[in-house]
Amino acid sequence: MAEVLVVTSGKGGVGKTTSTAALGAALAQTGRTVAVVDFDVGLRNLDLVMGAERRVVYDLINVANGDVRLQQALIRDKRIETMYLLAASQTRDKDALSEEGVRRVIGELRDRFDWVICDSPAGIERGATLAMRYADLAVVVTNPEVSSVRDSDRIIGLLDSKTIKAARGERMEKLLLLTRYDKVRAGRGDMLGIEDVLEILSIPLLGIVPESEEVLRASNLGAPVTMSNPTSAPARAYMDAARRLCGESIAMTIPSERQNLLSKLFGGRRAA
Amino acid sequence: MKIFELLSRRRSAPLARERLQILLTHERGATGQSGLIAVLREEILAVIARHVDVAPEKVDVRVQDGDELAVLEIDVEIPRAMARPRSPWERGGRAA
Repeated sequence: MAEVLVVTSGKGGVGKTTSTAALGAALAQTGRTVAVVDFDVGLRNLDLVMGAERRVVYDLINVANGDVRLQQALIRDKRIETMYLLAASQTRDKDALSEEGVRRVIGELRDRFDWVICDSPAGIERGATLAMRYADLAVVVTNPEVSSVRDSDRIIGLLDSKTIKAARGERMEKLLLLTRYDKVRAGRGDMLGIEDVLEILSIPLLGIVPESEEVLRASNLGAPVTMSNPTSAPARAYMDAARRLCGESIAMTIPSERQNLLSKLFGGRRAA
Repeated sequence: MKIFELLSRRRSAPLARERLQILLTHERGATGQSGLIAVLREEILAVIARHVDVAPEKVDVRVQDGDELAVLEIDVEIPRAMARPRSPWERGGRAA
């Protein structure tokens, strides 16, 4: 039986898709079976970030509508064999996804995988509430910036009212993933600090992902950042977060880029 | 001049934090708890307004979620001069 996790934020562009891919890959790299599901109907991007954009034949809506079987739509990752992708539809409109269809798909995925990770669309409308509806826990992706924190607060309210867990009167587990964090600017007092965001949102911290050039580089390459450069700071942050999801207790640190003497001297970034 | 500007520039994060805290207190009241807090706030305001002149934005109703219990906090700010019952002969408006 899987844990169903929704990666959500309210605000767009804070790193939901990056985090879905990176956490999914990090979990799969530990040998667990993982399905990452793109709920952003009409604006799919998880396939692109994972480098599987040319392999999408069927998508979530096809499976939800019963047009094809789940196995026909799941795309196996070329690098980690325990990771699968279920893409969103690029052509259909967002109302094409039915709640009953989502319930069936999540139910089937739950039987086959250790982890099911749902990449939520931005916003607070139907797409976002469908992505969180059947989740067991939520990762709220937040940037240390006022509009992102405000929208996260709103999403936390939705998680406590619109999910099946909440409807049953159970407590929905919500974890904060702080992304694009800049230790230097926060230290100067020019960026909200970790404590500020934690105090305002009052949910437990899953991890801190530092601002890094490696994230853009990973999406350019079509690989989760944990695979494109496993020793980079964001990759280590995501791997630690994945291990915390699995129940390991790992000291909370903000990974920083390790620079060896040579790269310090020449200051250059080597090409891949 | 540049160094002076750099040194005198106020740190912006504390301001961000303060603005968020004020904003979210109100937004949580307006949107959270499936409207319960909004309803409570309206009704509490109506009851108080029957007896004391109070500005609507000075009534703050919120729920602090604890592990086992939630605490309902009602914070009403009234001007000192207004902290007396309104005379029954007054009609609407503020007491002069």
